[in-house]
Amino acid sequence: MALPVFESGDDPGTDFARLLSRTGVAQPSAVGLRPEDIPHATTCVALRFDGGVVMGGDRRATSGHLISHRSMEKVVQADSHSGVAIAGAAGPAVEMIKLFQVQLEYYEKVQGTALSLEGKANQLSSLVRSNLPGAMQGMGVVPIFAGYDQRRETGRLWDYDLLGGRYEERDHVATGSGSLHAGTVMKMGFRTRLDRDAAVALICRSLWEAAEADSATGGPDMVRGIFPIVAVIDGEGWNRVTDSELETVFNGIVASARESSS
Amino acid sequence: MSMPYYVAPEQAMKDRADFARKGIARGRGLVALRHSGGVVIVAENASQSLRKVSEIYDRIAFAGVGKYNEFDQLRVAGIRQAELTGYQYSRDDVDARTLANDYAQLLGNSFTHGMKPMEVEILVAEVGLSGAGDDQIFHIMYDGTVVDHDDACALGGDADAVTARLAEGFAEGLDLAGAVALGASALGGERTLSAAELEVATLERGEDRRCFRRLASDEVSNLLGA
Repeated sequence: MALPVFESGDDPGTDFARLLSRTGVAQPSAVGLRPEDIPHATTCVALRFDGGVVMGGDRRATSGHLISHRSMEKVVQADSHSGVAIAGAAGPAVEMIKLFQVQLEYYEKVQGTALSLEGKANQLSSLVRSNLPGAMQGMGVVPIFAGYDQRRETGRLWDYDLLGGRYEERDHVATGSGSLHAGTVMKMGFRTRLDRDAAVALICRSLWEAAEADSATGGPDMVRGIFPIVAVIDGEGWNRVTDSELETVFNGIVASARESSS
Repeated sequence: MSMPYYVAPEQAMKDRADFARKGIARGRGLVALRHSGGVVIVAENASQSLRKVSEIYDRIAFAGVGKYNEFDQLRVAGIRQAELTGYQYSRDDVDARTLANDYAQLLGNSFTHGMKPMEVEILVAEVGLSGAGDDQIFHIMYDGTVVDHDDACALGGDADAVTARLAEGFAEGLDLAGAVALGASALGGERTLSAAELEVATLERGEDRRCFRRLASDEVSNLLGA
C-alpha cells in the first residue's frame, strides 16, 4: 500500500472517518436485518462524583429473547481521560467505539494536541448521526460519553439520542433497556459531593436494580465470576475498578437484599 | 526546432543529490540510540512548538531533519498509513519496517521523478515487544536509500562527525540519562547544548500500549545534570 499523501486542497485533515472514505475503506452500515437477528447491548450508567465520573455497564447482550453474550464489554476507555458506554445494536456499537478511539488518537497525533473533552463529545455525535440509516431499521446505537475535563478540572457527562443529539447532564445518566430503573436508583441515591467509593457503590446498586427488573440486563454472574464493568475517571485518568472490589460491593448488596426479604 | 540540452543521467542525479544535501545540511541534526529501557531520540531544536520528533503509532516514532513542511507531510502520511493498517487489520500488524519501505518508495520517487527532490532525511524507530533484540532504527535518505542501524544513528548536517562521536561513546546497557547525555554531546561536539536547545522523546519498553513519551525540558535538564 502506497503512503496516503494528498494534495493540499484535497486533504482529509484530522478526520479519520473522512480518511477512510477517501482511501476506499468501507464504513459499516446495517442493511436489511431485523433487530431481533442481531445482538443488542443494554444498560449503561454514569454519574459525577467529587473527583470525576464513574461509569458502569452490565455484561449481557441479547438477540430477541436469547442471551447472546455474557461477557460483553460495553464500557470502554476512549482515551486517557475519557470513556464511552454503549447501548443498542452491538455490532454497529462496537464498530463505532473502535472508530471513535482511533479518531481521538489520530487527531491527537496529527494535530499534536488532544481534542478538548467537549470536542470529543461532539465528535461522538457525528458518529452516532452517521449511523442514522441503521437507527431507522432498529439498529440504533445510544452511547454515553464521560470524562475528566482537564481544563475545567471536573468530571463531565453526555448522553445522546438516536439522531446524534448531544445533551450534557449535570449529575447522572443512564442508557439502554434498563435505564428507567437504573436512572431512578441513581436519582434517589445521588448526593452532591459523593466520594469515589460511594459513587462506585451507587453505580453497582443501579445496575443491580436494572438487572432485577429488566430481562435484557445481566446482574453480576457469581457462578462464572463475571461482574459489570465499572470504571472511575478522575484527574489521574481512566481506572477500571477491579473484580475483587466489585465482588465485595455486590456481596454487600446481596446481603442487604436477603435481609430485607427475610 | 530547439532541442533540449542533453544532461547525462549521472550528472542529473548528482545535481539533485547535491541540492537535497545542501538543504538538509542547513538544519540542525538529530540522533537516535538504544538504551536499557528502549530507544531515545535526541534532536537539536530550539523551537518548543515545531517538532522534529513525534509519535506514529503504539511502538513507532518518527523524526525528521531538513525542510519542516516536507518532513511534516511525511509524518502525517505515516500516521495515516499506520492508523489505516491498524484499523483494517490489527494493531499488531503495524510495523516500522513496512513503514520505512513505504517512505523509501515515496522519497525515491520524488527524487527521480519529482520537480525537485525532498530536502529531508527521516528516521523511523520501533521499540521491540520482547527485548532489545527487537528494537529497530531505520534511517531513510532523501533519495530513498534505507539503512537500518543496530545501536545508534545520526541524521542531518555534519552527520559523519556526529556518528563518529556517537560510536565512540556508545556502550551496551546505557541508561536513559547516559543515552541523553551521549546524544547531546554527540550533537554538540565542541558546543555544550542545554536542555532548552534539545527536543527529546523516548519509546519505552513496558506494559503501556502507547510507548512514545516526550520528555519535558526540566526532565531533560535533570538527566543532563546527572
